[in-house]
Amino acid sequence: MAKKRKLPEMLGKQISFCPGCGHGVVVRLIAECIEELGQTNNVIWNIGVGCYSLASIGINADKFDSLHGKASATSTAFKKLNPDTLIISYQGDGDAYNIGIGESISTAYRNENITVITVNNTNYGMTGGQMSATTLPGQMTTTSPKGRDCATTGMPIKFPELVATQFPNAAYVARGSVTSPANVNKLKKYIKNAFEAQLNNEGYSLVEVLSPCPTNWGMTPLQSHDRVDNEIMTYYPLGEFKKREVK
Amino acid sequence: MGDMIKGNHAIAEAALRAGAEFYAGYPITPSTEIVEYLSERMPELGRVFIQAESEGASINMVIGASASGARCFTASSSVGMTLKQEGISHLADMNLPFLAVNVTRYGNGLGTLDTGQSDYNRDTRGGGSGDYRNIVLSPSGLQEAVDLVGLAFDLADKYRVGAILHTEAALGQMMEPCDMPEFREVKRREDGINGDYTIKNRVSPLTADRRKEAIELKERYEIIKANEQRWEEGYLEDADYVIVAYGLAGRSAMGAVEQIRAEGHKVGFIRPITLWPFPEKAFSKVNPNVKGYISVEENALGQMVDDIALTLKKYKNSSTPIYCLAYAFGIPTMKKIKEDFLRINAGELKEVY
Ligand SMILES: Cc1ncc(C[n+]2csc(CCOP(=O)(O)OP(=O)(O)O)c2C)c(N)n1
Ligand code: SF4
Repeated sequence: MAKKRKLPEMLGKQISFCPGCGHGVVVRLIAECIEELGQTNNVIWNIGVGCYSLASIGINADKFDSLHGKASATSTAFKKLNPDTLIISYQGDGDAYNIGIGESISTAYRNENITVITVNNTNYGMTGGQMSATTLPGQMTTTSPKGRDCATTGMPIKFPELVATQFPNAAYVARGSVTSPANVNKLKKYIKNAFEAQLNNEGYSLVEVLSPCPTNWGMTPLQSHDRVDNEIMTYYPLGEFKKREVK
Repeated sequence: MGDMIKGNHAIAEAALRAGAEFYAGYPITPSTEIVEYLSERMPELGRVFIQAESEGASINMVIGASASGARCFTASSSVGMTLKQEGISHLADMNLPFLAVNVTRYGNGLGTLDTGQSDYNRDTRGGGSGDYRNIVLSPSGLQEAVDLVGLAFDLADKYRVGAILHTEAALGQMMEPCDMPEFREVKRREDGINGDYTIKNRVSPLTADRRKEAIELKERYEIIKANEQRWEEGYLEDADYVIVAYGLAGRSAMGAVEQIRAEGHKVGFIRPITLWPFPEKAFSKVNPNVKGYISVEENALGQMVDDIALTLKKYKNSSTPIYCLAYAFGIPTMKKIKEDFLRINAGELKEVY
């Protein structure tokens, strides 16, 4: 029998994302994990700049609005000064992998004990769907009107794979998706693992989430979910790239 | 009198004694000794030190530190400070106090390694996008630098603004005897967040009443202007000419004034210590029959000279000539300032305003 999910206490006000958008699911899962781990009054949501900035209005918990791309740097300071607090960087692909790639890589490389959640919708949602570092080969966006030409713009970045393979100290790295109940359940486990890793001082944790952006993809919510499953997942596989070490 | 100490070390140590709990920075000549010194000293004292990957990352770390309520600072030089401006503007938007030390080097872009004052306009006008100011303090010697560091932190906290210690290459590199202040307690501001969600009234940038905020900020700046102008002055009441200069140029100018007076010319000086707020009040003490003001600067275009003109327009007779001795870079010698004063006195140099 399906379990009824209780709305986490910290999600009071309504947050308005587009119908079919993945951000709402991710915010909800993060809040559920925080609550289930008993961290409701021990968390800072550090939010980057993208459609998810709207979440800051609806979250009843300590939160901070970072500059575009810089949440990993501000999170680093939050953690150093509040070592027992759960620090979450909520960012998008444009935020974390384009403008913030320097801060993202450096934070992972220093193995800061924080959790970065990057919601990858293969474009800059908030500014109207421009090409980002994760736009797929051939994907049409408002700045790749003929489809992304990887010969001149490079191949989409795989940040979780980069961290998992190049930064051996990282504690936990995974990629999930919001497109089916099974995927949502798995994603929740990934997020919880990442938080537990942080709370145990195991080091840097990263969860990337493949997320539909029906508005900028010019699709219905259902079509956009199909695109994630049938197209995006072939380039961006789901799974745990770095598991927590059993201690 | 205290021991001899290098400028950058003195500034770093003074910040720790003022209770700084957090530093993030990136090396750049001529401020590098600050990051080097702190890398050893802060762990020793149990404070947080981070060598960041860039100036931009450093200031964003300072943002996180200030949001946590910690006394925090960063340091850099000119072009490195440029990279911090987005963050400094964000700090202003969030009313978060901090200290940034700018050990300036002369020039545009990458610039030079020469001592200079080419960042006056940038630092006194806020520096990033937007409609804000920071309190800018400029020392002319190491004892003053050390004393201003503690003051800068206190003013930043009091008014919820940023503070810039605007110093220069030669001051960072030179040694002087210095009395260090006592250690102050390390404590967090009450408005800092730590995850327990006890502060419920923090305003999100998305829902803030921006018009109300802007008016409140302007009012706060007016109070700062009224209360926090600082300067050193001499011989203003009888002055035929008043030399205005800050930092090491100011120190040299004060020496030049003594020499010029010894030759029988009535000159006075104003050495701004706060570059913002500009010490307008000092000008009210000047001889009403003064024949001219002379701005002495370590840049080529003349930057502070505009603030002198604006001040005279506001408070004094704006038709008094204002000259500018802009020496590009390097500390002007007393001899040079004296010679150029004599040329002004002889009508050989044209005023700027
Ligand atoms: C310094 C700076 N440059 C550009 C912008 C404009 N901007 C706002 S959101 C955004 C892209 C966000 O994309 P992403 O992080 O992928 O989030 P999404 O909206 O897709 O969820 C951009 C470019 C900005 N706010 N600040
Ligand atoms: S534009 Fe895209 S990412 Fe933004 S809220 Fe709408 S669907 Fe979500």
